[in-house]
Amino acid sequence: MTPSRGFTLLPIPMTLAAAAAGLALGIGAYAFWYAKGYSYLGNDPATCANCHPMIPYYAGWQAAPHHKVATCNDCHTPAGLVSKYVVKATNGYHHSMAFTLGGYPDAIRARPESKAVVEANCRRCHADLVEEIAHGGDVSCVRCHPSVGHLR
Amino acid sequence: MPVETQPRSNRALLIALVAGVFALVAVGVAMLLVNIAERKEQARHAFVRVVEVTEDDTDPAKWGKNWPREFDGYQRTAEPTATKYGGAAGASDKLPAPQKALRDPWLTRIFAGYLFAVDFRDRRGHAFMLFDQEVTKRNVRAEGKQSGNCLHCHGSVMPLYRRLGKEAAPQGTPAEQIQAGLVKVSEMGYWEAHDALGQLAGGKPHPVSCVDCHDPQSMEVRPTRPAFIAGLQRLAASTADVPHLPSIERWRKGDRAKPYDPVLDGTRQEKRAYVCGQCHVEYFCGKGMTIFFPWGEGLKVEQMEHLYDGTQVKGKRFKDWVHAETGFELLKAQHPEFEMWSQGIHARAGVTCADCHMPYMREGAQKISDHWVRSPLLQPNRACASCHPYGDDELKARVLAIQDRHFALLTQAGKAAVDMIDAIVAVRKPYDDRAREAATAKAKETLAKDEAFGRLGKEEQEKKLGAEVKANLLAAWREAVEKTPDLKALEELQRAAQWRLDLVAAENSMGFHAPQEMARVLGESIDLSRQAQVKAAVLAAAR
Repeated sequence: MTPSRGFTLLPIPMTLAAAAAGLALGIGAYAFWYAKGYSYLGNDPATCANCHPMIPYYAGWQAAPHHKVATCNDCHTPAGLVSKYVVKATNGYHHSMAFTLGGYPDAIRARPESKAVVEANCRRCHADLVEEIAHGGDVSCVRCHPSVGHLR
Repeated sequence: MPVETQPRSNRALLIALVAGVFALVAVGVAMLLVNIAERKEQARHAFVRVVEVTEDDTDPAKWGKNWPREFDGYQRTAEPTATKYGGAAGASDKLPAPQKALRDPWLTRIFAGYLFAVDFRDRRGHAFMLFDQEVTKRNVRAEGKQSGNCLHCHGSVMPLYRRLGKEAAPQGTPAEQIQAGLVKVSEMGYWEAHDALGQLAGGKPHPVSCVDCHDPQSMEVRPTRPAFIAGLQRLAASTADVPHLPSIERWRKGDRAKPYDPVLDGTRQEKRAYVCGQCHVEYFCGKGMTIFFPWGEGLKVEQMEHLYDGTQVKGKRFKDWVHAETGFELLKAQHPEFEMWSQGIHARAGVTCADCHMPYMREGAQKISDHWVRSPLLQPNRACASCHPYGDDELKARVLAIQDRHFALLTQAGKAAVDMIDAIVAVRKPYDDRAREAATAKAKETLAKDEAFGRLGKEEQEKKLGAEVKANLLAAWREAVEKTPDLKALEELQRAAQWRLDLVAAENSMGFHAPQEMARVLGESIDLSRQAQVKAAVLAAAR
């Protein structure tokens, strides 16, 4: 029989690997909790203002007419359940990269993909009103109604 | 047993690899955790007061210990910046900004006989405001041509006003003492006041500093300068329209028991314009008078002109200088940014100086005002895009479209003014020719009585005789102007035309602060210059 190093049940290298994995998992879980990671799964608009650059946009939303009828996710994520979480994940990735590494402009502007999501949501809720206006064409609602979502 | 150890060491390697990867993940997550913690900490503490600062601390470096981010920005105002129409690219300590006349040669003509024809340079950042004044040829120490009034804006001067005011009016209120100090300093020569202020500051006087705009206890933005406060009080007491300053309109509806107080009555947003309006204004600060802002009838070009025209100095109508070529008494304008902003759409919308020239910026989780005060064109995203959500190139193009049109009109007005001066000179020439013989004889007679003159070298004598003849010719011409209505009318035209042209040209936004208003003023200037030119041509032909 080969003489084992350490206990037979838990060889030293295995113990080390498991400890490292546990440590990583533990710190990761704590970081998730500390950064309120769980909140990103929900619908509460205050979540978006976890990150300080969003505070003025959150304040602008609170002062805007849509405040009573639509939250962040109603306009900025698609209506479908799967696409909603795909967009949440990609936006979350972009935002956390930007906020951690810096180097983004102070007055942030929506990416074309994000604008498309907003536009689709305008037309989803206001379908009765805008179908005849848009005709599926390439017009933007917020170009002329820029302060309905966030009061400037 | 090589066959058996091979898989065993492979397995150990694999385990080590797994452990290593998890360790790296743990490091990465820990770094992220620390980063998040730092951001949260930044958001909690806006600043830490490590030193006490008071109203007498004019050294920005001391304040910089408490507010290092703002101080960093303030220090960067020493960096040369330039846009298409403004700035001092390439300037340094040894090399001041370029002369304005390099681009607009007509400036030298319209300012003939005034110090601005000698030295008039493009603007630099706040860090240079005092230095540039110390080295300009308009303010040579040995010549002593300027008064202590200049320090109202170019130096962090309040401690000197308070010190001298306390001596002059020991029983007065703080505001009265400051006013008394202002009068005292206005009576001093520039360099005397400069050195006195330097002593108070512990060596060298400082240019505009933190305490000039901020309350040292509360950090609240507040104006301090007495001439500004007095000017705004007179504006409030007038009936002039000020829809962009709602606190004045509110004060007017009240009982008016106390004069309008920009510090107490002004809104926080208004004060973000007031602190800049302390200096970026039209004012008069010549020798023999205490500095004042001509706002008693309103902030518009003709309202300020009317106030100047109604101001008497030693029994004569107020003037800034006598034009060397035409011999007419004219007005000189100073950078009226606050007044022009007041006429523009941004003021009407409640947007103030600081919103565009000191926009909010982020440092980590901190949101601060950029204290590197500079042209919005140098950072359109921060300065413009929070209201106008477009790309940098689009924003710059919109501004440039306005500035290019304005510059074209300004150049037209400059040309018209030069044509006017040429035409008036042609009217004056025969008067001078007729008076020259008598003027020379009188000059020789005057100088013969002067013993010092006899001891001068030949060249010096020639120079002095020339100046004396010139003065006599001017006196004869002034006499003719005063008793000839046609010449008097010509003088009024040049005075009005140049006041309008100068006010717009001296304004530092190349038309942007109020494009339509400045176009209106330039249009009037061109019209007045051409009227003068036609009138002069008729007079010259009739002779």
